[in-house]
Amino acid sequence: MKFNDALIGAALVALGAVVLWHIQGFPPMLGQKYGPAWFPGLIAVGLVICGSLLIFGRLRAASPQPLAALPEWVRRPRAAAAVASVIGGLLFYIFAADALGFHITASLLLLVWARLLRAPWALALPVAISATLVIHLSFYKLLKIPLPWGVFERFAF
Amino acid sequence: MTLAVLSQALALVFDPYVLWVIVASAAFGLFVGAIPGLTATMATALLVPVTFFMPPVPAIASIVTATAMAIFAGDIPSCLLRMPGTPASAAYTDEAYAMTKKGQGEMALGAGLIFSVMGGLFGTAVLIAAAPALAEVALKFSSFEYFWLVILGLSSAVFLAIGDPLKGVVSLLLGLLVSAVGLDNPAAFPRFTFGNAELAGGFTLIPIMIGMFAVSEILRNVANMDQPWEMAQSKIGNVFTGMWTLTKRYPVQILRGSTLGTAIGALPGAGADIAAWMSYAISKKFSKEREKFGTGHVEGIVEAGASNNSALAGAWIPALVFGIPGDSITAIVIGVLYIKGLNPGPTVFMEKAPEMYAIFIVFILANLLMIPLGVAAIKGAKQLLRAPREVLMPVILLFCIVGSFAINNSIFGVVLMLAFGIVAYLMEENGFPVAPAILGMVLGAMLEENFISSMIKADGRLLGFFERPIAAGLGALTLAVFAWPLARAWLLPERTSR
Repeated sequence: MKFNDALIGAALVALGAVVLWHIQGFPPMLGQKYGPAWFPGLIAVGLVICGSLLIFGRLRAASPQPLAALPEWVRRPRAAAAVASVIGGLLFYIFAADALGFHITASLLLLVWARLLRAPWALALPVAISATLVIHLSFYKLLKIPLPWGVFERFAF
Repeated sequence: MTLAVLSQALALVFDPYVLWVIVASAAFGLFVGAIPGLTATMATALLVPVTFFMPPVPAIASIVTATAMAIFAGDIPSCLLRMPGTPASAAYTDEAYAMTKKGQGEMALGAGLIFSVMGGLFGTAVLIAAAPALAEVALKFSSFEYFWLVILGLSSAVFLAIGDPLKGVVSLLLGLLVSAVGLDNPAAFPRFTFGNAELAGGFTLIPIMIGMFAVSEILRNVANMDQPWEMAQSKIGNVFTGMWTLTKRYPVQILRGSTLGTAIGALPGAGADIAAWMSYAISKKFSKEREKFGTGHVEGIVEAGASNNSALAGAWIPALVFGIPGDSITAIVIGVLYIKGLNPGPTVFMEKAPEMYAIFIVFILANLLMIPLGVAAIKGAKQLLRAPREVLMPVILLFCIVGSFAINNSIFGVVLMLAFGIVAYLMEENGFPVAPAILGMVLGAMLEENFISSMIKADGRLLGFFERPIAAGLGALTLAVFAWPLARAWLLPERTSR
């Protein structure tokens, strides 16, 4: 997704302004000029300046630039679905992993992702199961990472 | 270095477990480097969760080996597919591909391998000689010198990169803003935490880096997966043929590439990809056969191939001595060093001498191992590039999830990974480089701390920053970096933007 530089500039100016407004509430450090607000304040001023420069640069430029342009892969359904599935799948993991457990969530995601990327079932299915198993053995068993069991809690091994 | 330290270091490296880790990481690095879209930085980010559970020496050894292999292996798809395996090969991808098209694929691949090894060994030699010596000097550094070093690193990341410096500055500021979150500031005041306990300690950087270097790359990959890769040459003969002749014909280029690469690597903030671009440009500028560049001429590959691998070792100099990353890879490495109790800084060479020399030995070993394993990777390139990406990407993604989770055993890590992955993807789409943001995140706290203590010492006078000789020198060097975009216009006239 490509945005117009002026639009990005405006967003940066806004971000800088919000930060400047927010740090007004930071307490000063006793007996010192440079409190906790000082460093973020400097960054915020920088953001406002750079944002303005981006806006002015765009306004001065002769060639037009659309406000926002979608990448070309959006028009290819398969590619768009793959990108959406990566983001959607990660969101799904974030919300479902604790309840469903790592093993179900992970193998399900692997299967969906691989299929969307056109892996045949004969490849997608064994990979989904074996990769989950390998991570279980290496991360859960060997490295003692507490991957959630979810609904399989009773069968934990 | 005493003999006792050396023998301790050798014992640390020549341990069956460590050697096994080195060979496994080498294979991993070759694989990641050879697949376009999987970078050396990504290899490092993916290795971190695994290294978590290793003793210090194998942990660092795995990263050193994997990155050295990956930077070389990036040349393989450059030659065969016209796609750089890692950004460090991008400078001479067209040249290497043109050579393959002319039927000189063996020579292009061989040059990539042999001169990567030479450059890597050169950089390692400088690292071994310079780092401990620099550490002695650095013992006398005060907040002024550290302030300038940080500024130098941040400026190099912005101004030496190819692209719009203004967008680089924006990226840097965003990284610094991220670093300002949490209690880690001189006043220990919880900034931007909004009462969230997860944020009190600041953002955890490893999940962010996995997001920015791996997830964003996967997003780009899956969007373009339906285009099949066409290999320009499938049978590869002896890659060593003619290498001795090349070494004799281009000694100046090899030396110049290695020297510049090491220097750029050692400069905080600039790494292998910038080194390769500069070396390729310099090679062309001073070549006797300039007109042949771009048509499949090996000279630039010799120089830039040596350059990017030497930069890799050079980048460890500021990382180990000052805790200031020389490139994005060492930005990740510094986090690992802290976790492993090898806190970077001038004293590490006294307190942890055996471990430091063990790292140096691993560097030598990794570069020597590159010859047999590199030949194997070149021979197996056909199979390597046929690796089924349609299951590879999902598995890497799952690995990212588990890695981000494992850092704090918290799902918040996965949230950070996803959020910053999307941010990095959008940034690159819009021409904002990611590396300055990473450097800002890593160096923000150090910048603030050293600036404030310097300002207090100098009583608010900015001239105080130039009163100590080394500080003044570093300040002057920083100002020189600011002028680089002008020099670039002279060196790289035809390439002002990516």
